[in-house]
Amino acid sequence: MLPAPFLNTMAALLTIAIFSFLYKDNPFYKFAEYLFVGIAAGYIVALEYHNVIVPNLWRPLVGGDLNLLVPFVLGVLLFSRFTSGFGWLSRWAIGLMVGTFSGLAIIGFAQGDLVAQVQANMLPLKTETLLGTFSNWVIFIGLLSSLVYFFFSKEHKGALGASAKLGIWFLMVSFGASYGFTVMSRFSLLIGRLLFLLVDWPASFGLHWLH
Amino acid sequence: MKKEVPLLITAIFGSFMVIDYFVPHPSVSAVGETLQQWAIIVISFSYVLGVANIARVNGEKISKRSRDWPFAIPLLMGLAFMLGVGIFGGIGERTLFNDFFLYAYTPMSGTMFSLLAFFIASAAFRSFRVRTLEAGLLAVAAVIVMLGRVPVGAEIWDKLPGIADWINNVPQMAAKRAILIGAALGAISTGLKIILGLERNYLGGE
Repeated sequence: MLPAPFLNTMAALLTIAIFSFLYKDNPFYKFAEYLFVGIAAGYIVALEYHNVIVPNLWRPLVGGDLNLLVPFVLGVLLFSRFTSGFGWLSRWAIGLMVGTFSGLAIIGFAQGDLVAQVQANMLPLKTETLLGTFSNWVIFIGLLSSLVYFFFSKEHKGALGASAKLGIWFLMVSFGASYGFTVMSRFSLLIGRLLFLLVDWPASFGLHWLH
Repeated sequence: MKKEVPLLITAIFGSFMVIDYFVPHPSVSAVGETLQQWAIIVISFSYVLGVANIARVNGEKISKRSRDWPFAIPLLMGLAFMLGVGIFGGIGERTLFNDFFLYAYTPMSGTMFSLLAFFIASAAFRSFRVRTLEAGLLAVAAVIVMLGRVPVGAEIWDKLPGIADWINNVPQMAAKRAILIGAALGAISTGLKIILGLERNYLGGE
């Protein structure tokens, strides 16, 4: 563990370097940007090493589980991409990854999204409250019209066109709400970083001037 | 060998993941689990490959003195440092690796994302100037949701937080469900096309 004032100063200087981009692209921002990429890349590989490669591959392999030679060899084959003549060998490992996740995606999306969303939309169109009934009708009509908008097998004319138009309106409201949430989350991050610069960083030197 | 073997591997692994779900037999589950384990291991190698590629590209940038080459030095130093302290010093709570994660990686990623607050605001100003009904709906929904989430919204009108919740739970939910259903259908059909060998773009050229 390094001393807190040193760590906080490092975090503060990197934060200021990134904020300097608001003025214009400059060497301080570029330095922080490149450093961030390096640290992020090193971080993910060190995590994979400790969480996957050592416990799931190295230890069982040393313990005699020779089945694991298959993923080990396929993993090493990925590096054939760096060669000019044997790059195609990496496709075997890519095939394994793409195949596995295609299979998992079929089940995952069908079970987690498709069925779940259709099921969640099976709502009573008459409830005990007026607002509940109105809301369920809005969800029902909104879902149908938005789905019609994504239906491109027939030209959007007449009733289909009117329904697609309504779908666009629902989609716009949805994008607006999502946009609002995104803005709020970004501003909450911004407030967090400013609080760090103005409160936490000075506090690590014993300065509590904002309290 | 160049195309047939990877297509066969894709078909075997992909169809086994589907079979594993529909055939709840212990022997099938055991094979399915092994194949998933293999995929996880190969994916971790792909991370290493990606990072090796970053190192190679930036190393070349320095040796060729390409544009912005001095900045590749902190990148490579940060990469080597995190790899070194992570692999040899461990990734536990009281480690140098954790210190640099908390005081270098986290603040930089948080600040990068918070920068978007400024750009997203200017983008909104430009898009809201478009005077159409659709842009109006987008703007009104966004303003209500934003005001409904902060104390000043309730100060302006006490019903605003409730309206923001209703927008989120009703019209927003309806359109979001349609998007999710469409995306799920797309993902399922793409998955099937890949397993059946009809979609081969992931194999690249040659």
